[in-house]
Amino acid sequence: MADLRNNFVGIKSPNPFWLASAPPTDKAYNVERAFKAGWGGVVWKTLGEEGPPVVNVNGPRYGAIWGADRRLLGLNNIELITDRPLQVNLQEMKQVKMNWPDRALIASIMVPCEEASWKAILPLVEETGADGIELNFGCPHGMSERGMGSAVGQVPEYIEMVVRWCKQYTRMPVITKLTPNITDVRKPARAAKAGGTDAVSLINTINSIVSVDLDSFAPQPTVGGKGSHGGYCGPAVKPIALNMVAEIARDPETYGLPISGIGGVTTWRDAAEFMTLGAGNVQVCTAAMTYGFKIVEEMITGLSDWMDAKGHRTLEDITGRAVPNVTDWQYLNLNYIAKAHIDQDACIKCGRCHIACEDTSHQAITSMVDGVRHFEVMEDECVGCNLCVNVCPVDNCITMVGLEAGVVDQRTGKPVDPNYANWTTHPNNPMARQAAE
Amino acid sequence: MGTNVSGIHGGRLAPADYEKNFSDLHPPLDHHEALVAADRCYFCYDAPCMTACPTSIDIPMFIRQISTGNPIGSAKTIFDQNILGGVCARVCPTETLCEQVCVRNTAEERPVEIGRLQRYATDTAMEQNIQFYQRAERTGSRIAVVGAGPAGLACAHRLAMNGHDVIIFDARVKPGGLNEYGIATYKSTDDFAQREVDYLLSIGGIEIRNGQKLGRDFTLGELTENFDAVFLGMGLAGVNALKTEGEQLSGVEDAVDFIAALRQVENKADIAIGRRVVVIGGGMTAIDAAVQSKLLGAEEVTICYRRGKEHMNASEYEQDLATSKGVMIRHWLQPKRVIGKDGKVAGIEVEYTAMQDGRLVGTGETGILAADQIFKAIGQTFDPTGVGNLRLEAGRIAIDAEGRTSMARVWAGGDCVKAGEDLTVTSVAQGRDAADSINRALAAAANPAVAVA
Ligand SMILES: Cc1cc2nc3c(=O)[nH]c(=O)nc-3n(C[C@H](O)[C@H](O)[C@H](O)COP(=O)(O)OP(=O)(O)OC[C@H]3O[C@@H](n4cnc5c(N)ncnc54)[C@H](O)[C@@H]3O)c2cc1C
Ligand SMILES: Cc1cc2nc3c(=O)[nH]c(=O)nc-3n(C[C@H](O)[C@H](O)[C@H](O)COP(=O)(O)O)c2cc1C
Ligand code: SF4
Ligand code: SF4
Ligand code: SF4
Repeated sequence: MADLRNNFVGIKSPNPFWLASAPPTDKAYNVERAFKAGWGGVVWKTLGEEGPPVVNVNGPRYGAIWGADRRLLGLNNIELITDRPLQVNLQEMKQVKMNWPDRALIASIMVPCEEASWKAILPLVEETGADGIELNFGCPHGMSERGMGSAVGQVPEYIEMVVRWCKQYTRMPVITKLTPNITDVRKPARAAKAGGTDAVSLINTINSIVSVDLDSFAPQPTVGGKGSHGGYCGPAVKPIALNMVAEIARDPETYGLPISGIGGVTTWRDAAEFMTLGAGNVQVCTAAMTYGFKIVEEMITGLSDWMDAKGHRTLEDITGRAVPNVTDWQYLNLNYIAKAHIDQDACIKCGRCHIACEDTSHQAITSMVDGVRHFEVMEDECVGCNLCVNVCPVDNCITMVGLEAGVVDQRTGKPVDPNYANWTTHPNNPMARQAAE
Repeated sequence: MGTNVSGIHGGRLAPADYEKNFSDLHPPLDHHEALVAADRCYFCYDAPCMTACPTSIDIPMFIRQISTGNPIGSAKTIFDQNILGGVCARVCPTETLCEQVCVRNTAEERPVEIGRLQRYATDTAMEQNIQFYQRAERTGSRIAVVGAGPAGLACAHRLAMNGHDVIIFDARVKPGGLNEYGIATYKSTDDFAQREVDYLLSIGGIEIRNGQKLGRDFTLGELTENFDAVFLGMGLAGVNALKTEGEQLSGVEDAVDFIAALRQVENKADIAIGRRVVVIGGGMTAIDAAVQSKLLGAEEVTICYRRGKEHMNASEYEQDLATSKGVMIRHWLQPKRVIGKDGKVAGIEVEYTAMQDGRLVGTGETGILAADQIFKAIGQTFDPTGVGNLRLEAGRIAIDAEGRTSMARVWAGGDCVKAGEDLTVTSVAQGRDAADSINRALAAAANPAVAVA
């Protein structure tokens, strides 16, 4: 049995699956249920300053996009931080932590960008026995209009400053939660590191308008005839999150900085992918909001079974394993040549590969052979782009097969060069020509 | 309460059972079900389902329109190719047409539910009485259509669209052909045939004259004389006889008459049915007669077919439907003699058959099946009365690829021609295509120069 115990910047939890700061972690009732279901940790719903709490809209907060059979693919929300009084949250956190000493409990915090505000709240949080804090620099709606959340997360100098205050006023580990609503995510990560953060977590939600009501001509969710942009999350954002995690993991300036991976984690497989790209653990929100807390069972067993099957014993064995394989385009081997191959036994003859390649790619798949409906790759035309693989409705029906060195590529008529060669040295690259001259 | 006394009687069931038995075989998909079903379509390239549809409906397109929340647009995609898309959605043997070749079968042995989706779209448009077609400017041409079945109606609609004036003559009291008089009751409920005729006639320019029979009330010669073109869609008015001893006994009936009566009757309990029923035949009519006998409360219903299961014209699906309703299907049996008692049917003697040197022969071994009622479903025939010396082929009207008969300005389609399967959808395709051919011919006659170019 693989050992799923997680040690993230000294915070221990029985597994690497945490609930992200969001409605699932808004109060003791939910968190108790989550821990009963098996979640390794929670980041409590973001706390605000002492005083009257924020208020949420009283109309719809969520919008969504769906795939086939109305499977939820992307969720959008306009919810703010916790709308419950600070003291209530703190009391509940303390009680929950006492009830569940082996689980991780992190306090997410968002207060105005002033030293006094942070100085004031940190001791109160520390008193609950929380294992650490997460700085919410991500919320892209509502709070950002008040100079908090992503308004801070978009200015690296502010991040560094706030992180520094926090490191100064608390002994708890500091996790800095980053917003994806920024051009280069490495900048805020570097700033957080410069401020002394123990870790970063990402991504928070992405600015989005998820749909427009075509009768009222208003964005959805619509509140009294108007809509505002919201924060996008769920399976649809995973690719964006994975890239951002990888960017930080392989940036020489932040290399080795612990990362808590967030964004669209829905299955054990998503979690494993985040971890191989450098995340020490993962946080989940939308998947729990879609299916309930029970999904963690699938995540735990799935990750454990996969690790067993592959002989990985601990999370350290997988964390960051894919990072060395993430590179820039210019370093990809241009001598690697692959061709699509269709498994005729698996093919159901829907013709989607053909029309995709015919209309939009390289005219490399037949539709008819000897008067019979038949889909086959013409290797002399195939550029190996992988489009057909992606549009085929049958799993594993089309595969990309790499050509061995020396084999003649029927498209170019040339044998496959065994040597690695990339764009930086390619004769068509003007920069490479200059260097050679 | 019902009765199970021997002989042929109505009211075998409790009233509620009739209602239950003759309600929709495939209930309509609701909105959610339609979306789920539509999601399964892959939007195939050069879709096999579309090729298999005799009317070539753009199936991937209409299904995509359903899944994008546009059932009305979807209905138009269907009606563009098949103006009787509503009835076809209900009665097409999809298991041998579009759904048989759906690529979903290959991986999952479960096709996209094309028929039910088609019904969802067409029902939506018809319930809102949305009309998609307007007549072109009137051409002044007048066309006679004989037969208001699927072939005649499809032809008339296409002609009216093109601005021609159409008069349909039909021998029966109601239009619709076998949609009205033949289709199994549970496939097309709630007077759908008449509602569909009304929907289709809304285009205008079509007049139906019922009770007008070619060969009795008028001749083909009169039609060609008085109209610019004639389309014959008369279906199969005759039935094959058993040609065995005892055929004239009371209780031996044509399956098509039984089915027609059942469709027309107000109260199904008024239809008398035997306690033991034997149906002779192996096609759709045999299945429909047998299943409906059972649904009327017959205790024992047996289909006798003279060849093997694989030779039956009824699809595997239809056969399964029959057996699931408790019908017994027996193969390799042919009728030898109907046995009577007091002038009424008492049983039937059947002989085992076998294939010998490629020919079907009786083996000499016989047996007797007790029966109060025997339905003959051994094939309908074309009744050529009134068609004069039109060239026939295998007993039906000979046509070319466009539906032209041997006589100038006379077209034909549907069951009465020797082409395609005897199906509603095939008849629609032939009627529609003949209309296009007529339209071209009339245009050419009106403007010869264009025709040459
Ligand atoms: C019992 C039964 C069940 C069937 N079930 C199905 C099914 O489930 N699915 C399916 O696809 N197909 C089914 N069929 C076949 C389908 O009904 C026919 O293929 C289709 O109706 C043929 O259409 P049509 O227009 O050629 O002829 P018909 O529908 O037969 O219409 C012909 C019309 O012409 C009229 N007519 C005939 N002679 C004259 C005349 N001399 N003068 C004037 N009018 C005349 C008739 O009154 C009739 O209205 C079934 C057939 C039968 C008999
Ligand atoms: C309704 C809702 C409210 C959220 N509130 C917070 C919040 O208060 N603080 C925070 O740091 N992130 C908040 N988030 C962002 C999530 O913690 C998480 O970063 C994001 O949803 C991406 O993860 P996912 O794809 O698993 O949902 C919220 C998300 C949702 C859907
Ligand atoms: S890999 Fe690209 S080029 Fe090759 S067959 Fe597939 S779609 Fe066409
Ligand atoms: S997309 Fe896949 S299943 Fe469809 S024809 Fe191509 S290879 Fe076959
Ligand atoms: S064959 Fe099936 S999956 Fe393909 S277009 Fe037709 S209905 Fe859709």
